[in-house]
Amino acid sequence: MPSLKDLKNRIASVKSTRKITKAMQMVAAAKLRRAQDAAEQARPYTDRFNAVLAGLAASVGGSDSAPRLLSGTGSDKVHLLVVMTAERGLCGGFNSSIVKLARTRAAELVAAGKTVKILTVGKKGREQLRRDWASHFVAHVDLSAVRKLGYTNAQDIARDLLGRFDAGEYDVATIFFSRFQSVIAQIPTAQQIIPAKFDEAEAGAATLYDYEPSEEAILADLLPRGVATQIFAALLENAASEQGARMSAMDNATRNAGDMIDRLTIEFNRSRQAVITNELIEIISGAEAL
Amino acid sequence: MADTLQFDLVSPERRLASVAAREVQIPGADGDMTAMADHAPMITTLRPGVLRVVHRGGSDDYVVSGGFAEVTAGGVSVLAEQALPRAEVTQAVYDEMLAAARAAHSSAASDATDAAAKTVADMVAVGEQLGLAAR
Repeated sequence: MPSLKDLKNRIASVKSTRKITKAMQMVAAAKLRRAQDAAEQARPYTDRFNAVLAGLAASVGGSDSAPRLLSGTGSDKVHLLVVMTAERGLCGGFNSSIVKLARTRAAELVAAGKTVKILTVGKKGREQLRRDWASHFVAHVDLSAVRKLGYTNAQDIARDLLGRFDAGEYDVATIFFSRFQSVIAQIPTAQQIIPAKFDEAEAGAATLYDYEPSEEAILADLLPRGVATQIFAALLENAASEQGARMSAMDNATRNAGDMIDRLTIEFNRSRQAVITNELIEIISGAEAL
Repeated sequence: MADTLQFDLVSPERRLASVAAREVQIPGADGDMTAMADHAPMITTLRPGVLRVVHRGGSDDYVVSGGFAEVTAGGVSVLAEQALPRAEVTQAVYDEMLAAARAAHSSAASDATDAAAKTVADMVAVGEQLGLAAR
């Protein structure tokens, strides 16, 4: 049985842990609000962009002259998985669930005889994938120095992806990220970005537009930008999800620390009482012996 | 006939403007154009340039680069990759944009140099229009 002093130290240490997790939770809550704002701000752009692109793709897509970013390279031999995770841990299952999805997909592709290449964004995903998939790594994007995600970050990643696509390094690119639904629910998602895929519904209500320059030229101009737009949206969703996951993880940790303190305090009080009782017994039995 | 149209200017990072405008002057890839209410629906890509919105309270200028504009009978939505209100484009900001365009030009693949050179020329023209020096 631990001594009184041990218990006292233990309680003090759990108390300071609780302070830290409480602070982290509040920081995450503040950051979450900012991340959600950023995601909200980006939504009109992404929505309109995709709607116009889908309309264009629907009208040009069928022809042979369609850009390769839309029609693909004609094979699907080499898959590039872009795994987007956080730069920091202590956010519950956030990183693991994205990595798990990517790992399952990679295993499926390898089983189907495809070649898999992996590009990681964010340190945590890379660390988790290193054990089994290190030989498939082609590149890593480090965003740890970035304080506020900007569109330029997405553009840099997109430029890298497009360069590799033009160089014929892969046929299909899929991004893995977590879609933010609420503080307690983040959904790991896989989304194919090259060749571009659109919902039929989005293209449905297309008006007849005049195009300047030609439809093909606009499509060729917009498709690479579309890649950057989708990556940007994914980065923002990811940032919001990360903070949401951290917030709920730290909320749990704070609550657990509270429970632990209660338990330890009871134990401490009991052993203190036991020590007192013991002393009394000793004194009384000593007095009786006289 | 309605004499105003809904004007929206959004960049990936934020929504810059959403007003009822009388006319919108757009720096299209194939030349400047002005859109007014009941314009035929069209989509045009943008070149770097100055976009002017004329509305009841006067007019606003924005510096835009890249992206496209969607014109419909009831409104204009401009989706610019980069967009800044005129007041935020200082010499320092402009220098940065020009440097980026030049860097893109020097690193462009051989089949894209013409387009990149045009972007640089457009950026210089923007500077002249704004009274900023192209260094």
